Amino acid sequence: MEENLLKTCLYDKHVALGALMSPFGGFIMPIQYTNITDEHNAVRQRAGMFDVSHMGEIFVSGPDAEKFVNHVFSNNIAGMEDGKILYGMMLHPNGTTVDDLLVYKEFVPDHYLLVVNASNIAKDYEWLCAQAEGYDVNVINESDSWGQIALQGPEAEKYAVETLGLAPAADLSFYTYYETESPCHPERSEGSCHRRMIVSRTGYTGEDGFEIYASHEVINEMWDTLLAAGVVPCGLGCRDTLRFEAGLPLYGHELSDEITPLEAGLGMFAKIKDKEEFIGRDALVAQKEAGLTRKSVGIELQDKAIPRAGYPVEVDGVQVGVVTTGYRSISTDRSVCVAMVDKAYTELGTQVEIRIRKKVFPGIVTKRRFYETNYKK
Amino acid sequence: MAKTVEGLYYSESHEWVKVEGNVAIIGITDFAQHAMGDLSYVDMPEVDDELEAGEEFGAVESVKAASDLFCPVSGTVIEINEELEDAPELLNQDAFANWIMKVEMSDPSELEALMDAAAYEEMCANE
Repeated sequence: MEENLLKTCLYDKHVALGALMSPFGGFIMPIQYTNITDEHNAVRQRAGMFDVSHMGEIFVSGPDAEKFVNHVFSNNIAGMEDGKILYGMMLHPNGTTVDDLLVYKEFVPDHYLLVVNASNIAKDYEWLCAQAEGYDVNVINESDSWGQIALQGPEAEKYAVETLGLAPAADLSFYTYYETESPCHPERSEGSCHRRMIVSRTGYTGEDGFEIYASHEVINEMWDTLLAAGVVPCGLGCRDTLRFEAGLPLYGHELSDEITPLEAGLGMFAKIKDKEEFIGRDALVAQKEAGLTRKSVGIELQDKAIPRAGYPVEVDGVQVGVVTTGYRSISTDRSVCVAMVDKAYTELGTQVEIRIRKKVFPGIVTKRRFYETNYKK
Repeated sequence: MAKTVEGLYYSESHEWVKVEGNVAIIGITDFAQHAMGDLSYVDMPEVDDELEAGEEFGAVESVKAASDLFCPVSGTVIEINEELEDAPELLNQDAFANWIMKVEMSDPSELEALMDAAAYEEMCANE
C-alpha cells in the first residue's frame, strides 16, 4: 500500500527524526515526532514547524485571470491588491464544496496562486481546467516542484527574521505575503538559484506564523536551520488539534462535496451579496432563502469522554446530527467537538447528547471556536 | 521492547487477566499502552454490568484515537478502578500495576483459551 503514497521533499528528514508516519491525502506524512500534546503546546507557547509540502500550488494567469478566479471562487477577488491573500471555497453548482483554498494575488498583473488541499490537488486541477473553457487563462499545477514549511507560534516571527534571515516577514500583516528569490551559494544547485520563494503570514493553528514556499532544496535547508535553532518539528497530529481548537475547518470533515459553506458556518467567505456570479452562488441564495436544514456547531461535554468524528448527536434518543471532529482539547482540557446538527438544535446553549460507544453523554451547543486565536493584525 | 508479566493470562486484543479465586482482574498490556501513546481517558464499565467473553466493555483513548477494550472472560463486573477516571496516565506509567476492572467469572474454563506470557510475546513480535 505504501508504494502508492507520495513522499514530500522532507520525507528523509522525518524518517531520520523517528517520526510516526501515516498516510494523509495521498502522501505518507509525519503524524508526530514525540507526542501530540508536547508538539501542540510548543506551537501555542513558542514555535513549531510543519512540513506542509503536500499542499497543492496551482497558478492561474492570463487576461481573463481575475474574471475566471472570481467565477470559480466564493470570496471576492475583484480589485485585490498585490500581495494580499483571501480564504474561500470553490463550489459545485449545487453549492457544495469542491475544496477550500487560499488565493494569493501575485505582484504581476493577472497572476494568482491557488493553494489547495493535498487530497484534492488532482480533483481541483481538473475542475479548474474544465471551468476554464471560454476564458483566456493558463492553469498550471506546480505542486510537485514546491516544498512548503509552516512556521507557527508566538516566536515564529523571531525565527523567521533572526534564524532564516527573512527580514521583511516582520512587516507582513495577517493574510499578506512577500516574494523573493533564493540566493545562490556554492552548495546550492542551479535549480534553486534565484528561484521564487514566497513568505506569507498565514497558518492553520490559531497562532501567528508564516507559510514559506520554496524549492525542495531550499525547504530542506530551512528545515535543518530551524531544527538546529530549536524550533520543534510538529506532525499532522497536532496540526489537527490546533486547527480544531481555533475553529478552522478541515476538508473531508467540516466541508466536503456534500456540505455547503452556509451549512459549515462559513458564509462570510461566500460573497452572495457582493458578487453577482460565481459557481454555486444561485444554490447558496436558494438555500439561504429556504432556510438551512442543518448547521455546523460546537458542542461541549460535561464529562471527560471524548467525542470523535462519526459519533451520533442525539436528542431524546433520536439522532439529530453527527460529530465531524472532536478531541479532549489540549489547550483547554475540555471534551469538545464540532458537529453537523439539524437546524432546530443549533441555538447556543441547546442541550444535546453524544453517543459514545454504549453510553450517551450530555453536552451543550457552543461556538465552534474553543480557543482564542492570536493572529497578528 | 514491551514487557510482560509471568503468571498472567493474555488476550489477542491486548488485555491481561490476573486470577484470584473466581475473580478475574483485568487491565491492558504494556504493549497496548505503548502502541496507544499518552492516554487521556479510560471509558470504564459499571459495576454489575454483565459481560460475555469477547464483549466490548469500554475503551482507552489517546489524543488521536479510541481503542476498544474487550472482556477476555464472561462474568459480572464487581469493581472498577476509579483512580483511572482522573489519572489515565497511570496506565502509561505501569500497565500491569494498574488494573481497570474486576470480574466475577461465570465460566473460568474460558481462561484456557487465553495465552500465557511467552505466547503473547510471540504474537506481539509478529504485529
